[in-house]
Amino acid sequence: MGTQISKAVVDGILTGGVYALMAAGLTLIFGVMEIINIAQGILVVLGAYMSYTLLTYLHIDPFIGLIFTMPLMFGVGVFIEWGFIRRLKPQNRTALSILVTFAIAIVIEGLLTQFFSSDLRTLDAWYVEKSLHVFGFYLPYIYLLGFALAVTLLGALYVFLYRTRAGQSIRASVQNRTGAELIGINISRVSAMTFGIGAAVTAAGGMVFGATNSFNPNSGYDLISRLLVIIVLGGLGSIGGALVAAVVALVIEDVTAVVWSPVWASTMFFAVLIVVLLIRPNGLFGRPEARVQ
Amino acid sequence: MAQPVSLAAPADRLMTPTMRVAKLVLLGGSVVAAIIFPFIFTNPAVTSIAVFTLLFVGAASAWNMFSGYTGYMALGNAVFYGCGAYFFANLASHLDVKGGVGLFAYVPLAGLFAGLVAIPVGWLALRTRRHTFVVITIAIFFIFQLLAYNLTGLTNGSSGMQLPIPPWNAATYNTYFYMAALVVAVVAIGLSWAVKRSGFGLELLAIRDDEDRAAGLGVRTKRVKLATFVLTGFVTGMCGAIYAYYLGSIYPPFAFEAIFDVTIALMAFLGGLGSVSGPVVGALIIEPVQQYFTLRFTGGGLSLILFGVLFLAVIRFLPDGIVPSLGAAFRRRLGAAKAAVDEPVSELDTLGSSTSEPTPEVNGGVPR
Repeated sequence: MGTQISKAVVDGILTGGVYALMAAGLTLIFGVMEIINIAQGILVVLGAYMSYTLLTYLHIDPFIGLIFTMPLMFGVGVFIEWGFIRRLKPQNRTALSILVTFAIAIVIEGLLTQFFSSDLRTLDAWYVEKSLHVFGFYLPYIYLLGFALAVTLLGALYVFLYRTRAGQSIRASVQNRTGAELIGINISRVSAMTFGIGAAVTAAGGMVFGATNSFNPNSGYDLISRLLVIIVLGGLGSIGGALVAAVVALVIEDVTAVVWSPVWASTMFFAVLIVVLLIRPNGLFGRPEARVQ
Repeated sequence: MAQPVSLAAPADRLMTPTMRVAKLVLLGGSVVAAIIFPFIFTNPAVTSIAVFTLLFVGAASAWNMFSGYTGYMALGNAVFYGCGAYFFANLASHLDVKGGVGLFAYVPLAGLFAGLVAIPVGWLALRTRRHTFVVITIAIFFIFQLLAYNLTGLTNGSSGMQLPIPPWNAATYNTYFYMAALVVAVVAIGLSWAVKRSGFGLELLAIRDDEDRAAGLGVRTKRVKLATFVLTGFVTGMCGAIYAYYLGSIYPPFAFEAIFDVTIALMAFLGGLGSVSGPVVGALIIEPVQQYFTLRFTGGGLSLILFGVLFLAVIRFLPDGIVPSLGAAFRRRLGAAKAAVDEPVSELDTLGSSTSEPTPEVNGGVPR
């Protein structure tokens, strides 16, 4: 039992890292624009399909393919922000943004179903099946590589946010949107960039997701529900919170599968959110919501 | 968040007795038309769409009663729909009831069950605000969907549950369900209207405009929100029960369906959030369209694409909804007509009809 639990913890950490990457994009979008991007789930699936297409038709390795898919997804994100989110009127923005992003998610799901059908796909590469044998554990290479990718990208995100001017403007917008505008930050540009970044990380997350799970256009719902739980658990707007929350939630889920039963593992994942919100209504690292001005 | 609020009184003051009579006639006429509808259009395909439409009228009105009036976007109402459906199915199988008109008597019980479920769910969810609230309702929805799959003792898991088949012939089969759905829809609209008209409704609207201020003025926000949430659960649960009965069998992904929540929200938005007739109009427009898309474009993603695009178009071009836009245009014309008849249009009239009312003064501003 002990080894099983340890393995579950390790698995949880590895997959948690990947979810953290995708959740980071989602929470960043919320932090800057105060909107919840319901389309994030289907964007992950879109990223998976992109990597799948590159792999199957052009035989490009999924990790190498990221050079193409990430900028492409960045563009998709910018397009969505410019085309739909920016046009929303200020009143009722919260509610409308949820509906708009949901509508976009539905359209993308429909397009994917048209082009790829509902058949389950998965990304096959040499490292997907093989594992690394260390300390008595068998760690699938894809999990390790995926985790390494997630850590690298999160590190890059940190450097971007804390060491560049552009990142600084994003952080300023998160802290105080009006104030940022007043000191001359171009909020439209920041919003577009943030949405683009949020989408670009889903390209990476999608690739790993596609390699570790079989997916079809319908996989978006489960994904977005998990991502939403993670960002609320961590505290809306907090990237560090999203990281901690992702790892914690996934470890708990994987351990539950071992200790109790796999059937109840997913339910536990959502239950963790409820429990935490009972104690800390704003999530682990969230700030109390300001009064609506 | 300022919203045009259509309070009844100021608009009524602008209406002549003739217009008031006309409004009542229109209302009565729609009721009569709704009752005789299935007898005129007997094509089962048409009445089938009508049944689903009425169920959505009920569910959308119920959703609007909470989310429209308080401003809290609840995207987990499918929980109540599914609970109502499964409770009804369990009741029917445990009591070994035969299909027939009598089974409809258990629908309000299913509604009560859903209302009871709404108490802990609401208590939990309403501890949070705005975005967190939305996410927690979504999370609760997924928990319930997972419970439906896993609590096989209660729900039979993925195998689903069967409901007794009523012994009616094919020609009149839909009519019974249509009538039941109509009753529930009327109850939903009636409750929605009664809540809006009452002081209770004013408290809800006050919460929407500025909750902290409302609390400071003496509104018991927690109680009011929870009570409305339970009412919503009750109505939605009844809709779910009829849905299960109509389908004849119920499975977790159909009882707890993610798109359900978004559909009723869209209907309320299209028709006009916060108005009584808004969700009705929205449901009457969207549900037949959705059914048509599903029938016409099965299998492929085309129905999804079209639905999503329709969704986006509605939000883009009618952000306030149909009913408030029409209402505002109507009131503008009325105001102009009145001025032409040389009556002094009081400031109160124009203020009430075209702008939002901030938290109404209670006891002259002194908190209770």
